[in-house]
Parts: sequence; C-alpha cells; structure tokens
Amino acid sequence: MGKYRCPGCDYTYDEAQGDAHEGYPPGTAFESLPDEFTCPDCAVRYKEDFEPLAE
Amino acid sequence: MSTAYVLEHPEKGHIEYTDKKRHLWMSSLAMPLFPVLGIALYFVFDSQWMLVIPLLFNYLVVPFLDYAFGSDENNPPEEIVPQLEQDTYYRILTWLTVPMHFIVLIAIAWFVGTQSLTIWSVIVLALTAGSYSGLGINTAHELGHKKPELERFLAKIVLAVPAYGHFCIEHNRGHHRDVATPEDPASSRMGESIYKFVLREIPGATKRGWAVEKERLARLGKSEWSIHNDILQSYAISAILQGGLIIAFGWIMIPFLAIHNFFAWFQLTSANYIEHYGLLRQKEANGRYERCQPHHSWNANYIFSNILLFHLERHSDHHANPTRRYQSLRNFDGIPQLPNGYYGMYILAYIPWLWYKVMDKRVLALPHINGDLSKVNIDPARRDEIYAKFGNGGHAVLAS
Repeated sequence: MGKYRCPGCDYTYDEAQGDAHEGYPPGTAFESLPDEFTCPDCAVRYKEDFEPLAE
Repeated sequence: MSTAYVLEHPEKGHIEYTDKKRHLWMSSLAMPLFPVLGIALYFVFDSQWMLVIPLLFNYLVVPFLDYAFGSDENNPPEEIVPQLEQDTYYRILTWLTVPMHFIVLIAIAWFVGTQSLTIWSVIVLALTAGSYSGLGINTAHELGHKKPELERFLAKIVLAVPAYGHFCIEHNRGHHRDVATPEDPASSRMGESIYKFVLREIPGATKRGWAVEKERLARLGKSEWSIHNDILQSYAISAILQGGLIIAFGWIMIPFLAIHNFFAWFQLTSANYIEHYGLLRQKEANGRYERCQPHHSWNANYIFSNILLFHLERHSDHHANPTRRYQSLRNFDGIPQLPNGYYGMYILAYIPWLWYKVMDKRVLALPHINGDLSKVNIDPARRDEIYAKFGNGGHAVLAS
C-alpha cells in the first residue's frame, strides 16, 4: 500500500485509507482511480502528476 | 502592534516580513454596516433616496478609491507564506463574517416587510442585500477552498443565504479543472457579452456542480436525492431561511428574495466574466490541457477592492495555489492586469461595446498571445467577425 502526493497542494492519497469523502474505500489502489481523477483539494493536478511517496 | 514573521533561510539568509494589511483585513467585520447604512440614513433624513447610497458606494466610490489609492505594494515573500498560513487571526475573520450575512439579509427583509416603501425602494434594497450576499459567495469561495472540515462546512452555510449551495463543489472541482478552456461555463470568451455569458454560466455551473456531486455520491453508493448530498444540505438551509422570511414578512418577500438571489449570483457572474476573459489554455499532445498558468487569469492589484474581496483579485496566484489562504496571495510582475479593480471592471462589463474596446486589445497584447487569435478563447458565434477585425493569418499584430 503506497501513498501518492499532489505536487501542488500536498494532498496525499493513502491507498490504505482511501478517501471516504470522495467515495474511495480503504485499500483502493491509486492505479484503479479513474483516469480523469484530479486532486480532490486543488483540482489543478491530474492523476499522472501525483508523486509516489517513499515508504 | 504588528506581527513580524522571521525566517532564517539556509540560502537566502535572514528574511523578515511585516504584514502592513494585517489590521485592514478587519474591515470585513465592518462591511455589514454598508448595506444597512442607507436604512439608517432613511430614518435620520426621512427620505427613501437615502436607500440608494450603498449601491452608489459600490459602483462609483469603490472604483474611484481603487484609482486613488492605487496598487498594493505589499507582497509576502514565498518563504514566509507557510507562517502567514498558520496565523489563525486571518481565518477567524472569515469565520466571523458568516453569521453577518444572515443578520443583514434578515434585517433588510424586516425593513422591507414592515415599512411603507415605493416599489423602487424595494428593488434598491433587494439589490443592496444581493450585493452583500454576493460578498457572502466570495467568503464561501475563500472558505470552501480550504482543507479543514470546519471551513468547508461554513462555506456551505453562508452559501445558503443567496441560495447558491452548489457553488463550492462546482467551483473547486469544475471551474478550477476546466478554467480558461472552451469547456468551462465559468470562463468568458472574447466577443461574448456578459448578458450572453450569464445565460451560459448560471445554468452551466449548476449542472456541472450537480454532476460532480452525483458522481461522488454514486461512488459512495448513495442517491443524489439524499441528505448526504452537500448541495441539497445547503439548499435546505436556504429553504428554511427564505421560507421563514416569506412567512414572517408576507408576499413582498417573494420578489424581494428573487431579486436578491439573482443579484448575488450576478456578482459572481461578473467576477467570473472578468477573471478569465478571452484567455485560453493550449491542448498538449496527450489530450490534456496545459496546467493553468499565471497568464490564464486577469488580476487587479488594487489595494482598496482587494481588501473588500479577501484578495480575490490576486487571481493568478489563487489558480496556481487554490488552497492558499487569502492573506498569503501574491502579486507577480508580467501577469495580465485589469485597468481598475473588480467593481470598476463590472461597470465596464455591463456596457459591452465599452468592455470590448478596453479589453480586446489588452487580450491581444498579452505576451503569450501577441496578436495570435488561435491562442484566444473566442465566442464561436463571433469567430468570423473577430478574425475579420483582428486576424491576419496568425501573424503577430501590434495591438496598441
């Protein structure tokens, strides 16, 4: 389970926790988020802009 | 008393910044006095003409004060921004304005419902209340972009006053994603008058906000018609507030609230109209639009109206860093600048031929456009006309 961070606003998607408000249950892989996923906090960055965080 | 922010930077050395506007931001607490000022003067002078004063202040005095006080030289260094963000003083001011929007609407509604007024006075009061509720949308904009739950909750509450509960969702997830593209109903196109724009913007934004929320609820396995819908929660508060006013003060509230709501929405329309007029992000090879750049927003770095609007006019930095708090927004050299503050530009926008005369040449003169109409967001219905007027086959023209 990894973490992915928005390089613009530092929102972090944690695969272990998912994002309850956005409707991604715990354990949802970053890969399986929709292609049109944008940062839930700033909406400036697309999915492919997210940076994986080192464990 | 002033607060100095100090940082020992590993490369740049000692950095110190004092926010000279720190106390000016407190004027947001005095803002509710303006919409009720006309009412106070009405009682003093016993004349309904007094009721028009707040609107005159907005549209004549504010543009003049922007001209008179000029631009805002205060600019926090980027390195100091994290400290400014942490200072809770600033955010408390935005929280305190939330109840004021309820109080002012109720107070003006009481006045309309209990005094014997001409129809013109009722209209003027509805517009005055609407313009203050338009500022409420601006407060919701500031709050709704923030990460803490409390602030997003307050945004939903204050949006209930002008019955515009879908705004934060539509704005944060729709407008910020699609800004300065033909797909965005909240970005205006060259040659599109504000009167045409409003018919695209209000329905388009409502639809997009609803669609975004519906998608989120679908992922959660919940119906869009449930109490989990953030938009419906805000609308429910609107129904209680405005329904209560109709019950308390009678049928006159129906036209009063209709004008109030529309005029509050139209403040937002006006801001949207001037913020990205004609600006266009280019498509990249992968089919995505280029990331929103500073040159994709119009700015107005005038100190007076920026204090009224929580720095909304430092718009390029807002789009680069949407979650950044108002006190930290910065001005930059070389970004698109409007020739007056927002209120002055609204007046211009309401007179379309004058707006085009002032703005079209400014769009074309931007360094990244340099006369190239293919880099401009143009109203498709007026494309031929605009190419005939300004185009020369994509070669640079000198826009004077």
